[in-house]
Parts: sequence; C-alpha cells; structure tokens
Amino acid sequence: MIPLSWYLIVSAALFCIGLYGVLARRNAVAILMAVELMLNSVNINLIAFWRYRTPDQPIGLAWAIFVLALAAAEAAVGLALIISIYRQRDSVIAEELDTLKY
Amino acid sequence: MMTQQIIFIVISFLTLLMAWVVVTNRNLFHAALALMGSFLGVAGLYVLLEAGFLAAAQLLVYIGAISILIIFAIMMTRRLMQTTETPFNSQWALGGVTALVLFAVIVFVILQVWPWQPGAEPFGAAPEVPEAVLQGSVVQLGRALVDVNQYVLPFEVTSVLLLAALIGAIVVAWPERKE
Repeated sequence: MIPLSWYLIVSAALFCIGLYGVLARRNAVAILMAVELMLNSVNINLIAFWRYRTPDQPIGLAWAIFVLALAAAEAAVGLALIISIYRQRDSVIAEELDTLKY
Repeated sequence: MMTQQIIFIVISFLTLLMAWVVVTNRNLFHAALALMGSFLGVAGLYVLLEAGFLAAAQLLVYIGAISILIIFAIMMTRRLMQTTETPFNSQWALGGVTALVLFAVIVFVILQVWPWQPGAEPFGAAPEVPEAVLQGSVVQLGRALVDVNQYVLPFEVTSVLLLAALIGAIVVAWPERKE
C-alpha cells in the first residue's frame, strides 16, 4: 500500500514548484497558473488526510470542494484584472506594473 | 513493490514534470497545456485515494473551466507571448532557493512524524474501510454541505462569493467607454 507520507511529499513538491513559479515568473498569467498549482497541492493534502484519518466523515472532501470553488473565483477575477491591465498598459509583465509603488 | 505503488509513482512523476514545465516554459501556451496535464495527474491521485467525486470535480472545474479561462487570457494577451527574452525576473535564483529550503523543511518534518521504515509507521497504509463507507461518502458530503450544524453557512457564502466574483470579473474586464 501507499504510505501517507508519499502523498504529503508529492504535495510538498508540487507546492514548492508552484511557489518557485510565483516568485520567479515575470508574466502575470504564468504567476496565476503557478498559484493554481499551489492550490492543487493543498487539495491533495486535504484528500490524503481525509482518506487516511477520517474516511467516515466528509470533512476533508468538504474543504477540498470549498478550495475548488475559491480557486475558480480567484482565476476569474485574476484573469479579468490581467485583461483590464493589458488594455490600459499594454503589458502583463508583473515588474512593469509598479504604479502603486510611487 | 505493488502495482498501486508503481501507478502512484508514475502519476506523481508525470504531475511534477508537467508542473515543472508550467513554471519554466518560455511559451505560455505550452505552459497552459502542461498545466492541464498536471491537473489530470492530480485527478489521478484523487482516484488512487478513492475520492472519485473529487476527481470528477477536478476534471470539470480545473481542466474544463479554469484551464480554458487561462488559455483565453493567454490568447487575448498574445502579442507579448512571443518574446524571446527570459521568462524569469531578476529574483529567480532567490526564489528557487526559497522554494528548495521550504521543500527541505517540509520533507524533514514529514519524515520526523512518519519515519521511513515500512511497518514502523503508525498508519503506513490507508486504513481498510468497508466499500459502503467510501461509496456513501458522497451522500454524506451532500448532506454535510446543507446541514445546519455543519457547512451550510460556508456553502451559502461560497455561492455569494462566486456570484460576486462573476459580476466583478465582468465589471473589471468591461471595455472602457470612450466619450
């Protein structure tokens, strides 16, 4: 059988790859994609703990569903913001969007 | 090594490989396709964890909706996608070190709690539960989501949030009126 720690390690690796993407990418759309990866890794953890610790109660499943809904809302608003910014500034490079800095 | 373990290793390797392509590929469209592959791998992990409903929801919401949304956004900002300059900012080395350190810390903690010896782990394999319990988990989930004592408030708030996000996205992305 598969030990619980395997799932946790895969999920940690996925989270860290996503974190690297968020920190290192220049394109705002790519940053959003990396955030989606991080949310997915959280969901793997929730489902793994549900299956291994409380398979008779739907706690982990319910939380995973909420994370899923929040990810959808986040993607919709984030991409709308990016499209709006692209219209006004002609750029989706995160470094060039620095109006709030000054 | 059992078949299940081999399937797990193959699926997780593909998932992580696709995720790596997502964060490093120069071509954003290829990155979005790799993102779909990564979501598919995560759905495979859900199937291995016997959470079939979540796997279906993952396929519908992530691959069906979010990936398509992202691809639309990429195509609407296409002109900037064909640059030959580096896709990384100046902090990429620092970001990589941060991610690696975080990964090392998490793996250290996991191995502290579940030492790497088969049999020594408090719950090495998934606990055996009757098939009926797993089959009934979707029914339980549906009841819990509308149960006053459990998740009905977060459930309703989520629906309001989704509506707000929908309207907000339309308002934000609406073209400006030229007067």
